[in-house]
Amino acid sequence: MTDIASPAPKRERSSLLTNPRTRSLLIQGVLFVAVAVALWFFISNGRANLAARNIATGFGFLEQSSGFDISQSLIRYDDTATYGRVFFVGLLNTLLVSGIGIVFATIIGFAVGIARLSKNWLLSKLAEVYVEVIRNLPLLFQILFWYLGVLAAMPAARQSLSLFGLAYVNNRGVVLARPIFGEGSDIVGLALLAGIILAAAMRWWAHRRQMQTGQPFPVIKTALALIFGLPLLAFAATGAPISIEWPELRGFNFSGGIRVLPEFVALLIALSTYTASFIAEIVRAGIMAVSRGQTEAAESLGLRPGPILRLVVVPQALRVIIPPLTSQYLNLTKNSSLGVAIGYPDFFAVFAGTTLNQTGQAIEIIAMTMAVYLTISLITSALMNIYNRRMALVER
Amino acid sequence: MSDIAFVRKEIAPMAPPPLAVGGILGWMRKNLFSGWFNIAMTVMSLALIALILPPLLRFFFFDAVWAGDSREACLGASGACWPFIKAKFGQLVYGFYPIAERWRPDIVFALGAILLAGLLIPRVPFKRWNSILFFGVFPIVALIFLGGGNFSLNQFIIGRIIPLAAMLQGAELFGLTLSFWLDFVVSSVLITAVAYFVANALGADGRFAARAAAALLIGLGAVLLTLDFDFGLVPVETRQWGGLLVTLVVSVTGIVTSLPLGILLALGRRSHLPIVRVFSVCFIEFWRGVPLITVLFFATYMLPLFLPGGLTIDGLLRALIGVALFSAAYMAEVVRGGLQAIPKGQTEAANALGLGYWQTMNKVVMPQALALVIPGIVGNFIGLFKDTTLVLIVALFDLLGQIRAAFSDPSWATPTTLFTGFAFAGVVYFIFCFGMSRYSMFVERRTSAGRRR
Repeated sequence: MTDIASPAPKRERSSLLTNPRTRSLLIQGVLFVAVAVALWFFISNGRANLAARNIATGFGFLEQSSGFDISQSLIRYDDTATYGRVFFVGLLNTLLVSGIGIVFATIIGFAVGIARLSKNWLLSKLAEVYVEVIRNLPLLFQILFWYLGVLAAMPAARQSLSLFGLAYVNNRGVVLARPIFGEGSDIVGLALLAGIILAAAMRWWAHRRQMQTGQPFPVIKTALALIFGLPLLAFAATGAPISIEWPELRGFNFSGGIRVLPEFVALLIALSTYTASFIAEIVRAGIMAVSRGQTEAAESLGLRPGPILRLVVVPQALRVIIPPLTSQYLNLTKNSSLGVAIGYPDFFAVFAGTTLNQTGQAIEIIAMTMAVYLTISLITSALMNIYNRRMALVER
Repeated sequence: MSDIAFVRKEIAPMAPPPLAVGGILGWMRKNLFSGWFNIAMTVMSLALIALILPPLLRFFFFDAVWAGDSREACLGASGACWPFIKAKFGQLVYGFYPIAERWRPDIVFALGAILLAGLLIPRVPFKRWNSILFFGVFPIVALIFLGGGNFSLNQFIIGRIIPLAAMLQGAELFGLTLSFWLDFVVSSVLITAVAYFVANALGADGRFAARAAAALLIGLGAVLLTLDFDFGLVPVETRQWGGLLVTLVVSVTGIVTSLPLGILLALGRRSHLPIVRVFSVCFIEFWRGVPLITVLFFATYMLPLFLPGGLTIDGLLRALIGVALFSAAYMAEVVRGGLQAIPKGQTEAANALGLGYWQTMNKVVMPQALALVIPGIVGNFIGLFKDTTLVLIVALFDLLGQIRAAFSDPSWATPTTLFTGFAFAGVVYFIFCFGMSRYSMFVERRTSAGRRR
């Protein structure tokens, strides 16, 4: 304590680099310039290369006639249609296989996920084996297996396997019975719509009445009666306008009915079983995330197992389940592009495959392809986010 | 005491013993037959097992053909045709790699397996050195062994301005291009000097900048020297690689590059610098929104369009770039999940101790965040491993591609060839993926030991 006045601190040579503000500006500036230079490099190369190869840029090719056939199309299509139409045919095929795939994957996934939690040891082990085997094999492997292995090994058309006459399976795919909508079938459709609306209104009314008076109302039975009863009544009243066209074996092939491509069947089976194995794990994790105390509290209130599951466990589990479930749906949609390996005419195969080969418009086509998948995924996640917000825990 | 109405004289009969709750019978009663629903489930499960298991066992073992050397051996059998796998084994593992050179992939496999085992088994010491060897040295060694090394290097920086190559007339020493190395040394000295003066001008430590630049350049030089040196190995083009070799090369490259890239992207997404954040978000969301197959198509058919004319990139390398960028985006989201789970107090405490950004991340945040998301990371690795099969769509022959090619060999055309091939590939993929997932569960148990009370 002899010298209180310490020597004046040596002035540090202040550096621009140690100043947080200039430093962050510098880092961002460098990054921006680097990205801009890289983009400029790629674009200028691309223009030079396209000019050298005499490829005209632009979307004029969408107006040209395509000149190739597509084996499955939901809208009218022949080989004189334009590439623009090819785009929509492919898009609809993708949406078809992913839409049906999502339904099947959800059903199988929930069934297997609940089976894994079953008290029955054998059943839960079986479900576990399913999940582990399917999850640990590549999807492309499974698609090829179903297509080359299982469907190609099916019997020929004459020895088709019949599922109650409603569907026939052979090595050329599946033939389904086709419903034929005759005169007056729109009335049946309207009756179905009315039944659904009435059921929804009845559910809302019953919920309100139970809130006010505590009187329960048999909602499910009434709803089923409305949804199925009204169309049946209309069906009988209008003189049975809907008939079924049964597939018939004529010579070596079937006539009548809906022909489903074997590629579609293989892709659908592979996509739904594969995604289901992931959904099963999500469902299991979601149900296990609901603490045991919730069930016990509900039991002590005197609720029976059914209502406990429906009113207490499932609503809380859904909160955990829905975000990862969304990404599985998205994965399924994106994975449907693997159909190109077996020749299913999905969006990727007909547009980024055949159309790209024929026109050589690589940049436009790949950009459009990526834009389509980006749009699908953004829309799906937006919808799921809305649902998720409605389901989310309301906290004070 | 005479008003007691009734006193029991004899011992009450013994109640029957409770139903067994222990032992095999008790376990079965509790887990398989506890009610009519449970019994129904048990019967259904048994029926399912009886439906699936015997045909599988018959196919794999009892009806399978084990010996033979041509399709005749398998024609009558209804089980797997294992001689087919035996005959095609070389192709399934190495593709069209020249038979005389197959010892090279073997050495790479063995080296990789030893180093990986050293990394994965917790009790093996020298983890730090081991990881440097595996992540830094092994890729270069593998590249030289598999491809043959002896790359021809032309010009570095100065060589683009002064025609050194013409002046030295392509003189070589041990396979080293002299003009390139003269170029490299001169350029390195210049870069180091520039680093020194620029840093000094900005008021930072010039000597530190020069030392850092020199260290980086020496490291780069060492790598380039190894690649340029002629080890006398026959060059094998990547077109000849195939089978399990390609599967492993693609997946290991993807795994090794996606983790650091993903960590950087995740940090970028949580950065306070707006431009860095926007770039990271765009990059991640773009790659996550498109299917891998479009990425591979993009890399295969469009990348050449965006490069200077005449510059071609090897087909396998293009697929590798696509896979690495794609998986980096997914990895970034997993790592971000871990980062978000670390309380802000950790960063604040580190800042209060005077740690800078990178020190905070390196020593405080990342070790905790990564330990939290090990299951997610390994899940990504498994997904990546399975996704390597997609390279067969862009005409590279991985294991699945080789199997598919082997189906069309008429000299092995039997009714069961197809299923045998699928069975073999399925078992291989399953072993790898299942092994990874079990290992991740093991690590998870170890790392969560401290948190579990």
